[in-house]
Amino acid sequence: MSVTNTKKAGSTRQLELYFGPQHLGMVGNFSITLKVEGDRILEATANPGYLHRGFEKLMEYRTWIQNFPLVCRINVVEPDHIEMIYAMAVEKLAQIEVPERAHFVRSIYLELARVGSHLFGLWAYANMLGFDTVAQWAMYHRDLILDLFEELTGGRVYHIYIWPGGVRRDFPTGFKEKVVNTLHSIGGCVPDYDATFFNNRLFYERAKEIGKLTLQQAKQWGATGQTLRAAGMPYDIRKVEPYAAYDKVEWNVPVREDSDAYSRVWVIRDEMIESVHMIFKLLDAMPEGPVYNRIPNPFKWKIPKGEAYVRCESSRGELGLYLVSDGGDKPYRVHFRTPSYPNGLIILEKLLENASIADVGNIMISLYTVAPEIDR
Amino acid sequence: MKEKTTDKKGSILSPFKAVNYLFKKPRTLRYPFEPKEPALRYRGFHLNDWNKCTGCGNCADICPNEAITMVEIPDIETKPGEKNERPKLDYGRCCFCGLCVDICPPASLRLSRDYFHIHFDTNTFTFFPKDEKTDKEHFLGSEQYSILKASLSHRKEGYEGFTSDLEYSLFEPQRVSMPEVPPEERKLSFIEQVIGYSKKEAEKEASRCLECKLCEQACPAHLKISDYIKAIYEGRPGESLKKIFEDNPIPAICGRVCMKYCESACSLSMRGEALAVRWLKRFVADSIKDYKTALELKLTEPTGKRVAVIGAGPSGLSVAYFLTLKGHKVVVFDSLPGGGGMMRVGPPIYRLPIEAIDKDVNHIASLGVEFRFNTTVGKDVLFENILKEYDAIYLSIGTTVSRSTKVKNIDKAHLALPFLKANKIAEPVKVGKEVIVIGGGNVAMDVAREALRLQYLQYPNEEVVTKTVSLEDWGQLPATEDEIEEAKAEGIQFNPAWGPKQVEVEDGKIKGLLCIKVKSVFDEKGQFNPTFYEQQQMFMEGDMIIEAIGQAPDFAFIPKELFEKMEFTPQRKVKVDENGMTSIPRVFAGGDIVNLNLDAVTAIADAKTSAEGIHKMLCKK
Repeated sequence: MSVTNTKKAGSTRQLELYFGPQHLGMVGNFSITLKVEGDRILEATANPGYLHRGFEKLMEYRTWIQNFPLVCRINVVEPDHIEMIYAMAVEKLAQIEVPERAHFVRSIYLELARVGSHLFGLWAYANMLGFDTVAQWAMYHRDLILDLFEELTGGRVYHIYIWPGGVRRDFPTGFKEKVVNTLHSIGGCVPDYDATFFNNRLFYERAKEIGKLTLQQAKQWGATGQTLRAAGMPYDIRKVEPYAAYDKVEWNVPVREDSDAYSRVWVIRDEMIESVHMIFKLLDAMPEGPVYNRIPNPFKWKIPKGEAYVRCESSRGELGLYLVSDGGDKPYRVHFRTPSYPNGLIILEKLLENASIADVGNIMISLYTVAPEIDR
Repeated sequence: MKEKTTDKKGSILSPFKAVNYLFKKPRTLRYPFEPKEPALRYRGFHLNDWNKCTGCGNCADICPNEAITMVEIPDIETKPGEKNERPKLDYGRCCFCGLCVDICPPASLRLSRDYFHIHFDTNTFTFFPKDEKTDKEHFLGSEQYSILKASLSHRKEGYEGFTSDLEYSLFEPQRVSMPEVPPEERKLSFIEQVIGYSKKEAEKEASRCLECKLCEQACPAHLKISDYIKAIYEGRPGESLKKIFEDNPIPAICGRVCMKYCESACSLSMRGEALAVRWLKRFVADSIKDYKTALELKLTEPTGKRVAVIGAGPSGLSVAYFLTLKGHKVVVFDSLPGGGGMMRVGPPIYRLPIEAIDKDVNHIASLGVEFRFNTTVGKDVLFENILKEYDAIYLSIGTTVSRSTKVKNIDKAHLALPFLKANKIAEPVKVGKEVIVIGGGNVAMDVAREALRLQYLQYPNEEVVTKTVSLEDWGQLPATEDEIEEAKAEGIQFNPAWGPKQVEVEDGKIKGLLCIKVKSVFDEKGQFNPTFYEQQQMFMEGDMIIEAIGQAPDFAFIPKELFEKMEFTPQRKVKVDENGMTSIPRVFAGGDIVNLNLDAVTAIADAKTSAEGIHKMLCKK
């Protein structure tokens, strides 16, 4: 933390502090400029830009299929939902049908990704609060999910698995059982997580009433995902506008009402459990059949002129993609609407006003901000 | 599922439950003593089977990171339809997405489960992937392999990861099926068997092309296949026709009877069905009513030079076209009443209708080429006079004399060419009820299938049969697989590996053919020298025999003193230089009398060479 702009001497002097990108409390290449007086933050300015890689422009120079290995890199933590919306948008523009089984495979895959991503989020949050043990457990359990991805797709972090027309390969033999076993073994640790973290008095004291916003504010500032659901609104794209196989099985949207860091993290916990139950139901309901309708020859693939906006529920909220084709073999314009954008820029700045310096990381991570999503 | 969060403050002591974990085994793997086994589909370093790789370069084309470059390897011997290039990987760029694997037509490129490479020299991060079959030095068995030394030059054998799966490949292995008249229906008449693609079907089929251009190297005339297929895909058949005419002025003929070297070389044929290049060419030729307006040809100023072409077959037509474009006056002599040469008399109507031939010939005539049909050189007009009157002569006389087996009583049998010719351009031959065709080549197939049709026409509701007998066994038959399959579907009986011994005759009528079992067709040197098991005999009943065992050229029209000057190759072909000129000055040659392929597209290739040669010679003077 560096100190600049000394205005007054004594405890009431205003300081400008740079929080990140190199700061222990910061996750990702992101920074916040804080104007503080004592411990209290007067004003916060989020500074994105450290991770700007120009994906949206790069995509205009790659063919439809060549963009697949690219899009997933927008979000390191959870590449899968980005693959999904790109595939959905391309399917919508090119009018490609997806086989029934592929819808189930996609849903299972995306829910696994959600669990993996939430575990990563839990690691970041617990680590930031000083719960190192829980953080290590979360990281270990995320690794088990990555093992499943490796088995299914051949890659651990960037899977490049969902394609237009379905998925890239069917389940390998014995994969279903592996998923069930892994999820059971992670699920077996939920009581331990609860005892050491979620039901821990220290967590309650640290997170309760921190970063509070009203439902009205959440809606106004563009919050989606946990931020909105922790404010009492059961809003989930999987329910509102079902895609893949989310309308084929019964499941609930976990909601809390207090709208503070504590309830946001609890929503994450409940969502993981809900996702695991959903995966079990999907595995049971999954039909046999093909998982891929062949796309046209990639060297001659032109998509009819048109535009599409598609959205899906990523682990942090509404993820949208606006895709325009001018009838060529490459996208004409691509724009992503990522949930971290309102969370990390607008809401974070508002919530940091009048907060304590010690809570900056707490608030930021409870909003589930992932820096690469903001910058792209 | 709304819950009040305030109820769960929890105890400050509950975290002590984590103490239990102190007594559990650690989860961390102690690498390298406990290395983690990568998943079976792991996307690690590349493997490439150099024997299977054709150098098509599709992997380099699809790579989103430009991590793959195709590098020429001079040591590799290439067959037609292969390039001596192999992919070189740059692991500073590769993102292990595996698009290259999913596009690889021969499935030679795969990903392995290795992922270790540590080296001080960054140049080692670019390398040519090989596999254990082609690189024994760097792929080691489990005894020699140590994970501590693992690198791009120390890899485990049999460690295949993410591999190609035809079901998920990025290319379409199946072609758009060509609508055909079913065998039961077509064998009853001379209706054209292949109906032809519709515009939609043609565009769909054209969309399968990967543009690797292996076909263009395999084609004797090196047509710009990739370009004309692309133009079809884009819905511009006129553009496509222009591209075809750059190298081939008879697309309606070639689109039906070409030997399609391109399709055997096609990348897609490695694991799927080749792109239907021939049918796509036919689609273009058929869909454009008037070549002349579509081509917008610009003829150059007349040079005043005169070239005589003897024989209006594919080679003669092509040379006439190419030379006319260059401004020379071309006169074509042919003894037949129309153009096309062997194409006019050989391929049966159900394969190549006369209208298709005339479309190509009329277009060439409309450019100013003078055709003198029904004119036999050596009889109606003398060769020596032509040589005097014209600046150059192109011999494209083809092989017009049917060979005979010369076995006993064979004089009672028919010969293939007169049989085919009569059926196509004169009165159909009266066939027997039980026809034996001697030969196993494409001409024999044509003869047999034509005989069968005539049988059905001449003996309706009677039992008829056509059978072939050939020296070659299954698998050696010189006819193309398509022809054999189609003939079988129509009900032709095959008797491979039998040689004719003598024709059995009773009361001046053919009773059948006595055959002996073939031991081998070729000798150790690969020369044609059949041997037989004299004891194993078979009598084949039949009332008509047609010989279709090959043809020879007829040079009788060339005066003796000139003919003596003409040199021949050891295979008894006319010897020509790199310009297509024979050993007689100003006389060029091409087609079946020059090449060993004996087909239309090679004849066109010869014509291209000779047209250049003639043009060069005429311009020099």
